[in-house]
Amino acid sequence: MHKTIDRRQFIKLAGLGGGVVFASGLGGFSALAQAASRHGKKASGAEEDFYFVQLSDTHWGFSNPVINPDFAGTLQKALAQVNALSPAPDFIVFTGDLTQTTDDAALRRQRMSEFRDIIAALKVRDIRYLAGEHDAALDQGAAFKEFFGDTHYSFDHRGVHFIALDNVSDPAANIGADQLAWLGADLAKLDRQQAIVVLTHRPLFDLAPSWDWATPDAGKAIDLLMPFEHVTVFYGHIHQQHHHMTGHIAHHSAQGLMWPLPAPLSVPKKAPVAWDPAAPYQGLGFRQIESEHGVPTITELPVKA
Amino acid sequence: MRKTRRLHVAMALFTSTLLGFAAAAWTAVPVVRVVKVSAKRYEFRPASITISRGESLDLELVTDDVLMGFNAPDLGVRSNIVPGQVSCLRITPQKTGTFPFLCDVFCGSGHEDMNGSITVVD
Repeated sequence: MHKTIDRRQFIKLAGLGGGVVFASGLGGFSALAQAASRHGKKASGAEEDFYFVQLSDTHWGFSNPVINPDFAGTLQKALAQVNALSPAPDFIVFTGDLTQTTDDAALRRQRMSEFRDIIAALKVRDIRYLAGEHDAALDQGAAFKEFFGDTHYSFDHRGVHFIALDNVSDPAANIGADQLAWLGADLAKLDRQQAIVVLTHRPLFDLAPSWDWATPDAGKAIDLLMPFEHVTVFYGHIHQQHHHMTGHIAHHSAQGLMWPLPAPLSVPKKAPVAWDPAAPYQGLGFRQIESEHGVPTITELPVKA
Repeated sequence: MRKTRRLHVAMALFTSTLLGFAAAAWTAVPVVRVVKVSAKRYEFRPASITISRGESLDLELVTDDVLMGFNAPDLGVRSNIVPGQVSCLRITPQKTGTFPFLCDVFCGSGHEDMNGSITVVD
């Protein structure tokens, strides 16, 4: 059964669910909507409204109480909040770093197994997974694939074409020629007005290369996406919201669920933002993304104490 | 006798001219300092390098560990560091400041802390 959601109702419900930090009016989305309106062009095919939830950078297995005293319970709190959403999202996506990296291959699999057991509590069972470098870089995605499936794929949902890109299985964080060829072939089937959402872990632009916040060959993927008029990228990796435009392509990073990181290049050395006992879980959260005629709207939700 | 003396003078002049050219050539070739940078999980040694603005410096990057990377994006240089090989990077920075470098090939659980800095002074 399809659920059609009134946007204002949705935001109201989200507000009741956990406190709307941010809803609509994003530069990228506004620009996209205005451009679509200006040219009288809508994203093709995406006539039904729906929403999905993005969670990111859960880093299961991390255990430093100075950084997050609730390292063993933050993820479960977020899942409970997701389960409380009404109406429920159509699907849920995890955009990488599901687990904290380890040099021990057996421990890596143990953490993935534990993560899978924990998220079994999610009522919504349509779950999409992406890997982060913590999950995949040390074994080129082998363990991740055993537990969560392919590291790159595409699917269609209510008229929106979703593309999951892997920029972490290569230890040098390249997308790579093979996957770029696959992306080109995947896009070749689409109308230029098709609404496209790209899901990935690392930024597809040079956000802060000296902090390793970049993908070396991202420009090649962007070149392939650029002819399409309705493209939005959702990613993780940087443990905070960030919004950026590459031409008409909008990029939106999500908060993490283990520790926040400082704004790009705002401090000499990248390090987790210290836990604030007066404001526990500050900087940790997830987001809802509503697709209204193919135009996405973001609502950020903080983890509640 | 006089001819021999003239010949000696000519040879001395020739030799001194040659030495002069050689000296000029010697001073014209800038001496490039070489710094060996050793990478191992999860540190660079040295992690701090100081250089004068406009000076050329050759970084010799080595590791006995796993594949690593050396990336100083603000100076526009990067290289893989392959076990058992010496990778050379020349830098000639034209701006002063402190510029970070990092390992950009995910090499293990401490990878994200594997970085250093190049300080360029006047």
